[in-house]
Amino acid sequence: MNKKHFSAFISLALFLAASAPVFAAGGGALETADINIRDTAAIQRGAKLFVNYCLSCHSASYMRYNRLAEDLELDEDLVMQNLVFADVKIGETMDIAMEPEAAADWFGKTPPDLSLIARSRGADWLYTYLKTFYQDENGHWNNLVLPNAAMPHVMWQLQGIQKPIYATHDGHDVIDHLTLAKPGLQSPEEYGETVHDLVTFLEYLSEPAKLKRKNVGVWVLLFLTLFTLIAYLLKAEYWRDVH
Amino acid sequence: MAKPASSLAKRADTLWNWVDTRLPVSAFWKATMTGYYAPKNFNFWYYMGVLSLVVLVLQILSGIFLTMHYKPSAAEAFASVEYIMRDVEWGWLIRYMHSTGASFFFIVVYLHMFRSLLYGSHRAPRELVWVFGVLIYLALMAEAFMGYVLPWGQMSYWGAQVIINLFGAIPTIGEPLTEWIRGDYFISDATLNRFFALHVIALPLAIFGLVLLHLVALRENGSNNPDGLEIKANKDENGIPVDGVPFHPYYTIKDLFGISMFLLLFAFVIFFWPEAGGLFLEHDNFVPADPLVTPEHIKPVWYFTPYYAILKAVPDKLMGVILMGLSVAILFFVPWLDRSPVKSIRYKGLWYKILLGLFVVAFIRLGMLGMAEGTPAQTVEMRVWTFVYFAFFILLFFLSPGAKTKPLPERLTH
Repeated sequence: MNKKHFSAFISLALFLAASAPVFAAGGGALETADINIRDTAAIQRGAKLFVNYCLSCHSASYMRYNRLAEDLELDEDLVMQNLVFADVKIGETMDIAMEPEAAADWFGKTPPDLSLIARSRGADWLYTYLKTFYQDENGHWNNLVLPNAAMPHVMWQLQGIQKPIYATHDGHDVIDHLTLAKPGLQSPEEYGETVHDLVTFLEYLSEPAKLKRKNVGVWVLLFLTLFTLIAYLLKAEYWRDVH
Repeated sequence: MAKPASSLAKRADTLWNWVDTRLPVSAFWKATMTGYYAPKNFNFWYYMGVLSLVVLVLQILSGIFLTMHYKPSAAEAFASVEYIMRDVEWGWLIRYMHSTGASFFFIVVYLHMFRSLLYGSHRAPRELVWVFGVLIYLALMAEAFMGYVLPWGQMSYWGAQVIINLFGAIPTIGEPLTEWIRGDYFISDATLNRFFALHVIALPLAIFGLVLLHLVALRENGSNNPDGLEIKANKDENGIPVDGVPFHPYYTIKDLFGISMFLLLFAFVIFFWPEAGGLFLEHDNFVPADPLVTPEHIKPVWYFTPYYAILKAVPDKLMGVILMGLSVAILFFVPWLDRSPVKSIRYKGLWYKILLGLFVVAFIRLGMLGMAEGTPAQTVEMRVWTFVYFAFFILLFFLSPGAKTKPLPERLTH
C-alpha cells in the first residue's frame, strides 16, 4: 500500500467518523467556562470562595493545605489565617467535620467530595450548574443542569433569586430561561466572575500537577524534537548507501 | 611497556572473552542482529512491532513504580491513585505514562495487525508468528481489562460488572463461573485483589513469554515485506540476500528514529492531553466506585468497543457473547483464510483493497458505536458493520484463490 492509498484510507475513516456523530451531548446546552489554569489570582479568589461556601458540607479530602500554599504562591501562615477554619495543621487534607451519615440525613444524600469534581463533571458543567439555580413555585431550590439537585443555592445572596420562565414545546411546559426575580449583592456579570473564579479553583483542585505537567511537557517535547531530528540525520546517513 | 589505558582495554577484552566463551553473547548478537538480514524496503507500518515492544517495556517500568504506592483494596485503591497523582514525587507522570501507555499499546498493536493484513505477513511460513501474536493480543486484552479495574472508579467497577456478567450467559456453568472469577457474589475487594495479582505478575509473565515466542518464530524465517517476496530466494555468491540489509545497524538506527517519533507523540499526550477527551481516562472513573449507584452510561474503554458493539448488535445475550467471542477467535484462522497466490495487497488486485478498506471502516465504526448510548438507528448500523466485519473473513476465504493477481517483480521495490 502506497502513500496515496494510506491517505485514502485515513480520509475515508475520518469522513465516516465525522459524517455520523455518535457522541450525543447529554442534557441541556452548557455555557463555556473558559478556564485559564495559569490565572493564579483567580485560583486564589476561588480558594477563598471554596472554603467559605463549599467546605462546610463538601470535603476535598485529597487536597493538602500546604500544597495549596505552595501552588498558589501563598505564605503558609496566610493560608492558615485565611483559608483554614478547622482545627487542623497545614499538612493535612481539606476534610470536614460533618459525618457522612448526618449529611445524608440532612440533604438526602452525602455531599460528594469535590477533589475531582472538575474531572468527572467538567468545568463547563460546573460553571453552568452554579449559575442556573432557581426557585420554583413552591419556594424550593432547583437547578437547570441537575434537576432536583439535593444541594440548595448556597451563593443565593450573591446571585439573588432566579425564577423560571416557561414556554410550551410540543404541548409540554418547559423552562425556557431564568430571570432574576430578586437581585443579589452582585450584578449578574460580577456573579459570573465569582463562579468563574470558583470553577478555576475546582479545575486546579482536580489536578494540582496540571501546571507543572504542562511546563515540563514543553521541555520534554523540545528535547524529543531535537532527538528525533538527530535520529533522522543518523538514519539518513546510514541508509545513504542502500539502493 | 604497555600504557595503562591499553592495559585496561586488554583486561576488558580478556574479561569479555571469558564471558563470551561461557555465554554465547556475540554468537547471539550475530545471529539476531548483525548477521540477520531483513528486507530493505520496510515502510512506516514496520515500526509498529518495535513500538509495541517499547510500550511493553514502558508499561512494565511505570507499573513497577505504581505498584510501590498503589493499595489493592476496595477501601484504599481510589485514594491511593489520587495519592500517587498528588503526593508522590512525579507520581502523576508515572501514572499518566501507564494510563496513556495502555491506550497506545492498543493503537500500535492494531496498526501492527493491520500491517499483517496489508502485506500478508501471516502467510506461510509465518503462520505461527501470527498465532502467537493473536495470543499476545488476547493476553493484552485480559491485562488491560484487569488493569482498568484497579483505580476503582465508577467505570472500573461497573465495566467489570458488565464484562464479568457476560460469562453468566453461558448455560449451566455461567453463574458459578462468574462467582469463581469474582471470588464473591458481586465485584468486591476479593475481585480487586485477585485482578491486581493477575495484572502485575501472571499476565505480564504470560505476555513476556508469548512475545519471546513471537520473536523467535519471526527470526526463524525472517520478516515479510511490503512486496510479500521472500528475500532468501535471491542470494548472492556469499549466501547473503541481495535485497536484505543487516538488521544492525540499519534497522536499529531506523527504529531509533521511529521510536523517537513515537515518543514525541506519546509525550504530547502524557503532558498535554492525558484524558484524551475522556477516551483514555474516562470522566466517570474520577468518581469512586459505588455499588449502589449505577452510572447512566456504562461502556468499556475505546479499545474494546468494537467487540462491545458486536455484542450489543445481537438481541440475544448468549448469541451476542458467542458472536463477540467468534469475532476475536476468527483472527486465529486468518493465515488459512487467505488463500491468494500472492501475499501483499500490492499484487492482490482491487478486490482486496475494497475488502480490507471496508473491514477497517467496519472496525472503526463499530468502535465508535460501541461507545454510543445506543439508539435504535445505531443498533441497526451496528448490525450492518458486524455483518461487514465477518463478511471480510468469509469473502477472503472464497475470493482469494480465484482472484486475478498482478505479476510479482523479480526484486523488491525500494
